[in-house]
Amino acid sequence: MTETAIQTIGCPVCDAVYRLPADAAERSTRCRRCGHRLTFGRPAAIVRVVAVSATMLILSVMVLLLPFLELQAGQFNNKASVFDAILSFNSGIMVPLAIAVLGFILVLPLTRFLLFVYALGPLTLRQRNLPQATTALRWAFRLQPWAMAEIFMVGVAVALIKLAGMATIEMGPAFWALGAIVLLSAYQDTFMCRHTLWSALEGNA
Amino acid sequence: MTTARTLGQVICQSCGRVDGIGAATCGRCGAGLESRDAQSLQKVWAWWLVGLIAYIPANLYPMLLTTQLFKTTEATIVGGVIDLAHYGAYGIAFIVFFASVVIPVGKFMVIAYLAILVGRTHREDPHKLLILYEVVEFIGRWSMIDVFVVAILAALVQFDVLATINPGIAAVCFALSVIFTMLSAQSFDSRMIWDRMREDAYHG
Repeated sequence: MTETAIQTIGCPVCDAVYRLPADAAERSTRCRRCGHRLTFGRPAAIVRVVAVSATMLILSVMVLLLPFLELQAGQFNNKASVFDAILSFNSGIMVPLAIAVLGFILVLPLTRFLLFVYALGPLTLRQRNLPQATTALRWAFRLQPWAMAEIFMVGVAVALIKLAGMATIEMGPAFWALGAIVLLSAYQDTFMCRHTLWSALEGNA
Repeated sequence: MTTARTLGQVICQSCGRVDGIGAATCGRCGAGLESRDAQSLQKVWAWWLVGLIAYIPANLYPMLLTTQLFKTTEATIVGGVIDLAHYGAYGIAFIVFFASVVIPVGKFMVIAYLAILVGRTHREDPHKLLILYEVVEFIGRWSMIDVFVVAILAALVQFDVLATINPGIAAVCFALSVIFTMLSAQSFDSRMIWDRMREDAYHG
């Protein structure tokens, strides 16, 4: 590809087609018809996506294993991990709900971080793409609306206020780890430029 | 404005690559390619309807079963909001009310409005319609808050006779309703907004 090369970019939202210079990804561009963000102007995004995803992966393991909240009312004491929250839906018809909640707050976010690291990790280390790297990246994007860790955190806040009158509650390490994941994934969304990631993955095939 | 369809091309919904209209899968990311999803509106309405059906028992049956000293009290979604307001937690009551009542009801109305509108030619401002659609898509997941609240409460408050909290059947119905309406919104093909615009309706 020469420096003056032209590339065709399509807007997935409204079907408009643009012919842009190949270095368009270094600037922020928006679709003229619908305003969809075509490129973010963050050419260094890939390393950051991998680094932040790997961090969140480690934090997720902490969330899984460490106590999340500890509740004390009189002589009663109950430590709950995220697993306990899920296992509370353990009778009969509640079981599918338990599986869904487990998926939304842990399995899907964790899977997304893994997929990002798997798809883009070799690229940042100047290695060849791993097999099925494109499938991995496609699913990482596809699962985005179903990963609900941040919504769970707001749910935690609501639950804590409901319980504030009847018991003392202490936040465990998993609580802070999940909080960090929520902040990191919000930060990651600011440079998650699909065009940059896909072009880089394609160039490394 | 040149669209991929008029050029005999198709844009990958997953990665934005442009391909010839005959291509079945994207050469870059492997996603299935379709110039327009012909079944889009059917899928939207099907998910919309099951979502609405699940939303009715979600409001009629109890969300939370609280047992204190052998006495069990049941709280529905709206009942839980009223309880919160009684404790004086107006801010939290508002958040729960917004997430469990305003968002779902608003979503049903907006999706129906969009689906009816693009089912025929329309002269609405496409930007306005797109913003409506994006708000619905972005905000819909937040309805899950109440389900997670129930899960956390039930996990923490297990003190035998003194106090136990258990999830009610409405939690399942509500979660299903949120999932179905999310699928309904995702089935909507946003490209139809521009396709079905009347030719004489010009919006800069």
